[in-house]
Amino acid sequence: MADAEAETELITTADGIPLKQALKKALWQRKKTALLLVSPLFLFVLITFLIPIFDMLTRSVDNSIAGEQFPSVVVEIQRWDLDSSEIPDETTFQALFKDFKAGAERKTISRLGRRLNYEMSGMSGLFRKTARKIKKLEAPEAATEVMIAIDKKWGKLDTWRLIKRESGNYTNSYYLAAIDAEKLSDGSLAMKAEDRQVYVALFWRTIRLSITITILTILLGYPIAYLLATLKTKTSNMLIILVLLPFWTSLLVRTSAWIALLQKEGVINDILVAIGVLNDDSRLAMIHNEAGTIIAMTHILLPFMILPLFSVMKTIPPSWVRAARSMGATPFTAFRRVYLPNTIAGIGAGGILVFILAIGYYITPALVGGTKGTLISNFIAYHVSTSLNWGLAAALGTILLLLVLALYILYDKVVGISNMKLG
Amino acid sequence: MALPIHATLGERIWHYCFMAICFAIFTFLIFPILIILPLSFNAQPFFSFTSEMLHLQPDAYTTKWYQEFFTSLNWQGAVKNSFIIAFFSTIISTFLGTLAALGLSKPDFPFKTTIMGLLISPMVVPLIISAAGMFFFYSRIGLQGTHIGVILAHAALATPFVVITVTATLTGFDHSLTRAAASLGSSPTYTFFHVTVPLIIPGVISGGLFAFITSFDEVVVVLFVGSYNQRTIPWQMFSGIREQISPTIMAVATILIMISVALLIFLELMRRRTERLRGITPH
Repeated sequence: MADAEAETELITTADGIPLKQALKKALWQRKKTALLLVSPLFLFVLITFLIPIFDMLTRSVDNSIAGEQFPSVVVEIQRWDLDSSEIPDETTFQALFKDFKAGAERKTISRLGRRLNYEMSGMSGLFRKTARKIKKLEAPEAATEVMIAIDKKWGKLDTWRLIKRESGNYTNSYYLAAIDAEKLSDGSLAMKAEDRQVYVALFWRTIRLSITITILTILLGYPIAYLLATLKTKTSNMLIILVLLPFWTSLLVRTSAWIALLQKEGVINDILVAIGVLNDDSRLAMIHNEAGTIIAMTHILLPFMILPLFSVMKTIPPSWVRAARSMGATPFTAFRRVYLPNTIAGIGAGGILVFILAIGYYITPALVGGTKGTLISNFIAYHVSTSLNWGLAAALGTILLLLVLALYILYDKVVGISNMKLG
Repeated sequence: MALPIHATLGERIWHYCFMAICFAIFTFLIFPILIILPLSFNAQPFFSFTSEMLHLQPDAYTTKWYQEFFTSLNWQGAVKNSFIIAFFSTIISTFLGTLAALGLSKPDFPFKTTIMGLLISPMVVPLIISAAGMFFFYSRIGLQGTHIGVILAHAALATPFVVITVTATLTGFDHSLTRAAASLGSSPTYTFFHVTVPLIIPGVISGGLFAFITSFDEVVVVLFVGSYNQRTIPWQMFSGIREQISPTIMAVATILIMISVALLIFLELMRRRTERLRGITPH
């Protein structure tokens, strides 16, 4: 009976639409407005930022250059077996001659030479030499002999194995290079010789320096945050300016200040010599090494530790420690058992933030790090703008990005993105 | 923090030790910034004090580095570029960021965490990766080495700061105010401009300031996406430190410190205004 009544007396709005439907429509309307407000920014970030990042990430596996420069070779070589003990047949060499001549006339073939040179040294030279000679030749009867006559390397199995291995549209060789591994000519993987390993050690150095900097900022930031949180608001508002001023000062200003302070003829060495701690000829090398990077970056990142710690400590009532003291805890015990556990969240938040920032730092290490104090970012920059090995830069960047994203998810778990505050 | 009268000797010693430690850390924070001021007046082209300076001889000090800053074509071009790029990227990011924050703060926004995560990703991704990605992509579409390219890149980097600041202002926003306006017969548009905007404007302005500073202080992306014609002040400082160290950098640094002091004061005033409007008195 109750059901029947509900059906007949359907609750409606003033204009006769059922309430449920009207509410749904209103909520949808609200969602639509909200989405409409967000979409311009979303599109903007997508085009100016997310697509470029994604585009770069694809470079780390992209090998389309093989198909572009060697369109017929990559087809013909499919028939050839990697384990074969003979070099490919005449048809493949005809394809090689054709592709090479076309590429040499376009003047683009050397790009592939440079690409293959990352895998095997001497390839760049081989491609340049062949390109120079092939321009004068007409399509021959026996392309195999002609090519080998240009350079004996075209008759070597290793050359063909490399071409076969790198004939696909995608490659993993940039990632292998980024972790100091390489493909041997039989296709198996191995770590590079000790003296040719660069990046694993570099990643470890980056992580080690970032941890050192994080710990230093915790050690230096904790007392300051505690002082600011326990002082009277008026005094702490004054003192917090001393934290905010460096925070708001240009990064390059602070870096150049540290150069002025730390260099051999710099202020700190001058003071130490003047007060007789050091001889003039035994000035400390505090810059262009790891120490320079650590000191300058600790200073630059310290406010990022103090501010979250401070906001957590503000919420701890002083009566808690007093209660512990009144029940007989020594000051140290009261701190260790009551105060410190309550600040762990702040240490976590500040620590992850500082670590994330430190691990991707570029400018400061580039200016004060010399060769021993540079981080992974500096190598990415080097490969983008100097060595032009963009695939390797992208692979290193992808690994760094994954590392940062993992930490970021951790940060989100500890603090929550929406609780992020600035200044 | 003040020491109670009943403090024991041990507590007293610890208290003064703690104060000394804090003093040392504050020195570490501030000393490098203060040291720049006198160095920018050094008559010698070094980054260090000369003994004449320490004896306060007037001819050991000079303002020629400031003159050089104000007359050099390199630096004046950098100042102009810095302001142009920061101005336009601030306008773009503040406008888009505020709109998005208004949308995101609506209750029951779908996929909020994911979208928020994507929108603030420019702040999270290490700058060198953003710079490399933008360099590759912008060179492909012909924006590398143009002002527009750098402006767009900076606007993308700055939007997270606007979104976060304005969203934070909106969480403290009392929605009954807009309902009250509506119940009194005000249209949504009128309510927005006469109730919402005056209340969130401090958040928008500080978001805009963050955006301006982000662009003004940014160097990694400019180094990659820009070229000499887009050189900004940080760009010029970076190449200056790398190539020929000249105290002009110290003079520029001093001017930049003065700007940050001014900004700090401005932000503090904005914060006080927000608190006063919300009826929270500082205590």
